[in-house]
Amino acid sequence: MKIAVCIKRTPDSESRFKIAGGGTAIDEAGLKFDMDDFAGYAVEVALQLNEKQGPGETVAIAVGPDNVQETLRKAMSMGAERAVHLKVDAMPFDGLATAKALAAELKTGGFDLILFGKYAFDTSAGVVGTATAELLGVPGVTAVSKLDIANGRGTARREIEGAGEVVEFPLPAVVTIDEGIARPRYPSLKGIMAAKKKPLETKPAQLGPVRVTVKKMELPPDRPPGRIVGQGAAAVPELVRLLQNEAKVL
Amino acid sequence: MANVLVFAESRGTELRKVALEAVTAGRALADATGGGEVHALLAGPPGIATKASQLGQYGADLVLVCEHAGFTKYARESVAAMLADRARAGYRAVLIPFSANGRDLGPRLAARLDAPIVSDIISFSAAGDALTVKHPGYANKVIIELEVKGSPAVLSVRPSAFTPKEASRTARIETLAPAVDPGAERVVVKEIIEGAKGKLDLGEAPVIISGGRGLRGPENFKLVEDLAAAFGNAAVGATRAVTDEGWRPHSDQIGQTGRQVSPQLYIAVGISGAIQHLAGMRTSKTIVAINKDPEAPIFKVADYGVVGDVFEIVPALTSAVREAKKGH
Repeated sequence: MKIAVCIKRTPDSESRFKIAGGGTAIDEAGLKFDMDDFAGYAVEVALQLNEKQGPGETVAIAVGPDNVQETLRKAMSMGAERAVHLKVDAMPFDGLATAKALAAELKTGGFDLILFGKYAFDTSAGVVGTATAELLGVPGVTAVSKLDIANGRGTARREIEGAGEVVEFPLPAVVTIDEGIARPRYPSLKGIMAAKKKPLETKPAQLGPVRVTVKKMELPPDRPPGRIVGQGAAAVPELVRLLQNEAKVL
Repeated sequence: MANVLVFAESRGTELRKVALEAVTAGRALADATGGGEVHALLAGPPGIATKASQLGQYGADLVLVCEHAGFTKYARESVAAMLADRARAGYRAVLIPFSANGRDLGPRLAARLDAPIVSDIISFSAAGDALTVKHPGYANKVIIELEVKGSPAVLSVRPSAFTPKEASRTARIETLAPAVDPGAERVVVKEIIEGAKGKLDLGEAPVIISGGRGLRGPENFKLVEDLAAAFGNAAVGATRAVTDEGWRPHSDQIGQTGRQVSPQLYIAVGISGAIQHLAGMRTSKTIVAINKDPEAPIFKVADYGVVGDVFEIVPALTSAVREAKKGH
C-alpha cells in the first residue's frame, strides 16, 4: 500500500512550560522537541501495515519551518521511504489552514491510506486529520485504537464514551490514530544512517487563510495548597466530615 | 444580534449531558452577542423528538428535529451534511460538544463550511464582531486565548466546562429530513461494544475514583470499585502505568494522553501524581489523595490527603461513605 503519514514536531510533553516574553507563545529555551507522540503511533502503524502486507511505500509528510526536517528524518530512520516538507515560516494555530496545505499535497499523491495522530500535543485540537479527509472527499475515521486493512477496506475500532465502536470503510481513507495501538519503534543505527540518504523534498506549503490566532498564553492558576488530613484509617472520619461540610461533595 | 446553532448530541433516544452543556453555552453566546436565538439540531432514531422540550428548558428557542432509523448509530457524514446545510442559513457560531463524536464532527463541519474552528473551549468572550475563546493546550498545561475571525465560527465545548443552566422557554419545533441518507454512509458502524451496564462515563460522572500502581495488581481494583459503588454516582479511572500494564482497559486512562476530566470529586488511590496524570485531572473541583508516600507529588494538588496504607484506608472510607449515603 502507498501510505502517507502526516506528522508534527512538538515539545516534549513532560516538560514544565514557561510563557515567552510577548505572552503569546511558550518559551522554547531548554525544551526538547521531537515527533509528536500520536504521530509516532501513526508512523508505527503505517510501517507495520506495509511490513505485513508486502510491497508498499510509507511517505512522511509535515508542515513546518525548517526544523521539522529533523522530525521527517526520524520518520525515515524508523523506516519511511521518503519525506515531503511543506515549508512555512511558523506553524499557524489554525488547523483548517494546515489541513488545506496537506490536502493540496495529498490529492495527487495516489495514497491508499493517509494516517495522522488523533491530535498534536501543542494545539491539543485534533482538527487537521479529519478536516483533511473532508477536503479530499474521502472517508475519515477519528481516533482509532485498532486498525485492520484487507481487500481495499479498513476495519477500525474507536472508543466512544463508555463503549467501543467498530466501523468499516473503503480505501482510500484518512484515519487518525489513538494511543495504545502500537508502540513506536526506536530507530536503529542502520536506520539512522539510511535515513540520511533517503529523499526529502521541500516545497512551500499552500496554507489556507489563517483565521484563528493566539492572543495570549498563560499558565493555569495553581491549585490552592491542600492539607494532609491525617494518617491511616484513623483519618477517615475527619476526611468524610470535610467532604460533607467543607467541600460539600458527599 | 446573531443566532447560534448547537449540535444536541444524543445516543440512542437519550440526550447526552454534553448536549445540555452546549445549549447552555450557546444561550450565553447568543445573549452576549445581542440576544439572538439558539437553534439546536437533534438527530436520532424515532422517539428522539420527545427530548426536544428539554433543550428548550436549557435555552433553545428552536429545536430542529430529524428522526431517522439511520441515526441510531453515529452517521458522521449525514450529520455533518445536515448541520452544514443549516449553518449556511447564517449563524454567528456553531457549537458542538468536544465528545468522542463531536471531535469527529467539528473538523468535518469546519471543512464543509470553510469556517474557522477552535476545539475544546472552556470559555469565550464576544463583543460586537470580535470573538475570543480560551482553550487549554499543551495537555492542559497552558491556557491559550484565541481570536477567531469569521462567521460562523465552529466551536467545540469541553465537557463539564459549562454547567447546564435552566433558561426555561418553550422551544418551537421544526422537523427536518436528512440532507443525505444516513444509510449511504461510507464509514459504516458495524458494531457497538457496550461497556459494563450502568457504568458511568468518566466524562460525565460527578465522582471519579482512580487507582494507580500503589494498588499492586489488577485484582485490587475491587477496592476502588467498591468505593465507587458506595458513592453510587462514581466512575473508575486509572493511571497510564496501570493501563500500560493491562490491569485496566486503555479507555479508563486519565491523563495527558488519555481522558481529561473535571469531576466534582476526584479520589486518587495509590497514585504518585506523575505530570502525565495530573494533566488529566488537575481541574477537578475537589481532589483527595490516598498514598503511603507523604512526599508523593499528588499531595501537592490534593485538597485533602491521607497518608498510609491504601488497603486499610480505602475499605474504611468505603464503609464511611456507605454510612453517610444512608443518612441522606
